[in-house]
Amino acid sequence: MDKMPKWADVVLIPLISLILAAILSALVILGIGEDPWAAVKLMVSGALGSTYGWGYTLYYATNFMFTGLAVAVAFHARLFNIGGEGQAMLGGLGVALVCLYIPWPHWTLALIAACAGAALFGAAWAAIPAYLQARRGSHIVITTIMFNFIAAAVLNYMLVNVMRPQGSMDPASARFPEAVHLPTLHEILAPFGIGFSKAAPANFSLIVAVAACILVWALIWRTRLGYEIRAYGHSETGARYAGISPYRITMIAMLISGGLAGLMAINNVMGEAERLVLNATEGAGFIGIAVALMGRSHPFGVFLAAILFGFLYQGGAELALWTSIPRELIVVIQALVILFTGALDNMVRMPLERLFLRLRKGREA
Amino acid sequence: MDFLASIIPVLDSSIRLATPLLLACLAGLYSERAGIFDIGLEGKMLAAAFFSAALAAITGSVWLGLLAGIAASLVLAALHGLASITFRGNQLISGVAVNFLAAGMTVLVAQDWFAQGGRTPSLMGGGRFAPIDLPLADAVRDVPVLGPLYSDLLSGHSILVYVAFLAVPATWWILFRTRFGLRLRAVGENPAAVDTAGVSVVGLRYAAVMICGLLCGIAGAYLATALQAGFVKDMTAGRGFIALAALIFAKWRPWHAMWACLLFGFLQAVALRYQNIDLGGVVIPVQVMDALPYILTVVILAGFVGKAIPPRAGGEPYVKER
Repeated sequence: MDKMPKWADVVLIPLISLILAAILSALVILGIGEDPWAAVKLMVSGALGSTYGWGYTLYYATNFMFTGLAVAVAFHARLFNIGGEGQAMLGGLGVALVCLYIPWPHWTLALIAACAGAALFGAAWAAIPAYLQARRGSHIVITTIMFNFIAAAVLNYMLVNVMRPQGSMDPASARFPEAVHLPTLHEILAPFGIGFSKAAPANFSLIVAVAACILVWALIWRTRLGYEIRAYGHSETGARYAGISPYRITMIAMLISGGLAGLMAINNVMGEAERLVLNATEGAGFIGIAVALMGRSHPFGVFLAAILFGFLYQGGAELALWTSIPRELIVVIQALVILFTGALDNMVRMPLERLFLRLRKGREA
Repeated sequence: MDFLASIIPVLDSSIRLATPLLLACLAGLYSERAGIFDIGLEGKMLAAAFFSAALAAITGSVWLGLLAGIAASLVLAALHGLASITFRGNQLISGVAVNFLAAGMTVLVAQDWFAQGGRTPSLMGGGRFAPIDLPLADAVRDVPVLGPLYSDLLSGHSILVYVAFLAVPATWWILFRTRFGLRLRAVGENPAAVDTAGVSVVGLRYAAVMICGLLCGIAGAYLATALQAGFVKDMTAGRGFIALAALIFAKWRPWHAMWACLLFGFLQAVALRYQNIDLGGVVIPVQVMDALPYILTVVILAGFVGKAIPPRAGGEPYVKER
């Protein structure tokens, strides 16, 4: 009964959308008078040509895995969580409180507590829009947008008025103690005799992110709760008829989503900056939208899309360093990916469906 | 008199700051009344701000700049229409894409054209909208109370401010007193009924989206050529979202939209002028003022103070039955 084989839906459509986005990006680069082919080569060598480049690519990818999973889980319940940015900011606050005010003997313990703090704060920040959607019918997209701005104000207030060390002009928290330092990939791989760049910020959080991908996969496709989330996302009336509570699913899906977005903070706050700064999230919450769309909300797809965006991010930084192409090129590429894989999905899908229908008819005849 | 002298500058900048919000808010009003959610107001304003400033800088004519800004905003509006009307895509995702596209493209093109780190050169002379003195502004200045109100508060704004405030009654009239407005509202509530009556749903929705683009274009041009002298990266700074908040606050009604935008403009003006406000012992930090429009909107959305009910077909692509 399906119009298209599954592989076309999962692989072909995203691939075509991606190619369209790439072609347009190339045209944009041409338009500003640079050579797209040279730009691609520079991006590849800058992002993947050295362990230093890989270290940054994987560091960014770690961020995007968390925020991408966050958007994806909400998508499964047909909730569009644009609030990843705010939830990740608050997650950073959770991490900073855990790391600064509790004396940790070892980073492993600190990491567990920081994960809990990050997820708790992120989930709490998602809980209010979720509650308002489930109980009072206010649109979750609008409330999560508003909560992004409120989160920025909260973080600004905390850093300027509360957490800033005395005598410092910088709106940032104090440095975290040495004991909560997360091992970088350099420190993890050195015992195995693998030389990895010391300067790159990729750290243990990457392993947590991959574990999160696997756990989310298990949750969505191997548990009763995951089934209920998918059923609810597929048809609210159907789910209600089957005895699934919309309130419960909305709350749980958004709590998990917010928790995942918050978890991103262990990578950028605890792993990289080792203190909380203003704008620590650097838009990763929004990139999660593109990552989830490209990954078709599947954790493995999110993993791949996150690596791709990590590559784009690091490659874009290299471009900005060596050419006159500003970093904002990645924002354009990101916009095109969101446009083609999200909003203009039908533009690619409709002609393809027609093609597959014709092919099938030809075979049956 | 002292009170008046200190409050007038704040109210004056409230009007200035409310103007882009009002234009964007009315833009969103047309679009959402026709059933097309638009969270891309911010992006359209940003693109318009850049292209108006760029053309004004190159040609020295602010009017050409205004046209370029409107054109840029219309292009993005058409893109949003294509995605959400023709291809029945997710309107929210399309809006997000429009925002990112504008944020990236403006800096990219600005760097290519002017090589000044993503900004345009400062606009001077004919490149900016000059303040307009209303008739008799000087003559009545010495009249107590009404004089300063007229000549300091109402007079001396750029023409776009007056355009924005005249757009409020115009919008009310178009939406509630014309056939086009009736149909436009109907298409946001029940597109099937409009279709049955033989009126094109697609045509109406495109019209609404393009009016939205026009108004966002004026809003962006106002930011870069009247409020400030030139474009800087991300200069809309969330105004598109505050306008969206004002739209919800106003429950999708034109006159209420004006009051909501004036209120939010006033909050911005106070935050800019006073930073932390000392209310005799209790200090309200500036961050609270910054976040207040968003907090108020969430409260309204939650239905604790009146219920904000959006147009019923909002966000739903219309699929013709066959």
